[in-house]
Amino acid sequence: MKKIATGNKAVAEAVKQIVPDVVAAYPITPQTEIVEQIAEFVTGGELKSRYIPVESEHSAMAACIGASITGARTFTATSSHGLLYMHEMTNWAAGARLPVVMANVNRSIGPGWNIWAEHTDALQERDTGWLQVYVSTVQEAYDATIMAFRIAEHHDVLLPVMVNLDGFVLSHLMQPLDTIEVGDFIPPLSLPHAIDTNNPAGYGGLTGTDQHFLMRWDMERSIRDSVKVIEETEKEFARRFGREYGFTENYQCDDAEVIVVAMGTLGKEMEVAVDLLRKEGVKAGSLRIRWLRPFPNLSILKGKEVVIIDRDYSFGRGGVLATEIVAQTKEDVFSVIAGLGGQEVTYDDIADFVRKRQVGKEFWFGVKDNV
Amino acid sequence: MFEIRIHSRGGQGGVTAARLLALAAIYDGKHATAAPFYGAERRGAPIVSFVRIDDKPVRIYSQIRKPDMVVVLDASVMDVVDVLSGLKEGGKVLVNSRQKREFAGFKSASVDLTGIALKENLVVSGSPILNTPVIGALAKMGIVSVDSAKKAIKEMFTDERNVRVAETAYQELIA
Repeated sequence: MKKIATGNKAVAEAVKQIVPDVVAAYPITPQTEIVEQIAEFVTGGELKSRYIPVESEHSAMAACIGASITGARTFTATSSHGLLYMHEMTNWAAGARLPVVMANVNRSIGPGWNIWAEHTDALQERDTGWLQVYVSTVQEAYDATIMAFRIAEHHDVLLPVMVNLDGFVLSHLMQPLDTIEVGDFIPPLSLPHAIDTNNPAGYGGLTGTDQHFLMRWDMERSIRDSVKVIEETEKEFARRFGREYGFTENYQCDDAEVIVVAMGTLGKEMEVAVDLLRKEGVKAGSLRIRWLRPFPNLSILKGKEVVIIDRDYSFGRGGVLATEIVAQTKEDVFSVIAGLGGQEVTYDDIADFVRKRQVGKEFWFGVKDNV
Repeated sequence: MFEIRIHSRGGQGGVTAARLLALAAIYDGKHATAAPFYGAERRGAPIVSFVRIDDKPVRIYSQIRKPDMVVVLDASVMDVVDVLSGLKEGGKVLVNSRQKREFAGFKSASVDLTGIALKENLVVSGSPILNTPVIGALAKMGIVSVDSAKKAIKEMFTDERNVRVAETAYQELIA
């Protein structure tokens, strides 16, 4: 049955299909529709999950942690300041190796108070040990949320996964949605270190230097191992359900001389810019980064001119994507800062970034005389 | 690609009209997206919503600047908003109005959506429902098929009056 759904509703539909044991969440614009819809599914008896309405995002993540450590499957959703308020607990979820799945609706951080799309919220969670995927369509929001559980719960991973979708531009956009029956694509969760009253153990106690150090290394080893798990999961998803995903989505890259890179919805709209540039005789391609953690291998960019659009900024350093990519490819790029606070960026604008590229420079879109 | 901008006031169902139209287009076998303008919507304030219909998946997320068609659910919005802004030459305009409205250089059509809703007493929270009759008018203008329009309305509303007002608007459209 063909449906039409917003990005938010698609996430809620995915959660309904997964049936987590516990959902604990606090509403925040523009994520509200996700928790409203899940709460409605639960009260209507369509979703047999325990829904815990909490008084804050910090408590939402704490409730997920408490439930998860008993071996329960957990889900939450947030955005922007809600995510930042969780920050202590997001670190805890990753460090305690709990496969919590969270949808984060990307929104700027205030002040100036603003409710629109920006990636700075999730990028401030970059170093916590969470896996992060960024989606660009309603269908992808649904599919990625489902796959997130299988990846997080895999014994080679056991790390939380954050699914990111752009505030309003995707969370409130209505697009076609095909729903699926997951069946045994999502096997039952078995958490090896779940609390077991028959085998009492200590959790969260003081940990000596050597053990702490090894726990950190174990997180890194698992996030490296997650590459294979993600590849296998996406391959199996494509085999069963017919939709293919990867670490990046490459469009017209093979013979491209210049490649434009972005995440989220801009990463999809830029394909239209590529079509436009190709008509003008510019051999352009686009590469949409889906997985930020683990970070993909971008050797495809080597030897090409690269334009990177960051919907974020690390003050005193640069666009986060640009910085990460230059660190890997060791080649200069044209860094564009655009779309902050929901700034409208069209395919025409993106084509213009490519036309006027100055490799080695940074450009703030909409700010005068800034290159 | 066919791009439609819908003008209304907050609470009049402009976003639902966009959703119904996109759903009907999907039932026609097309690809479609519907989006509200991502602002701070308030009841009664002029708002816009957008629909894109294409044979291929729609990859554009930004607002519609040069629509192929403009739909005005509340004619009073025209006093404060230039609804024709960016409308392509020869583009279509549909206005909720009792009288026929003409816009030079554009294909103009009018229909009394408010009157049609009131006749069926299709009123929610004091506002006549405009989003289901407008789909009937849009079907008459060939934007979506009649079957898909009805199917989309039935999918979203159980009250049969919603289909009836769409049928009436289909018949009463003045082009």
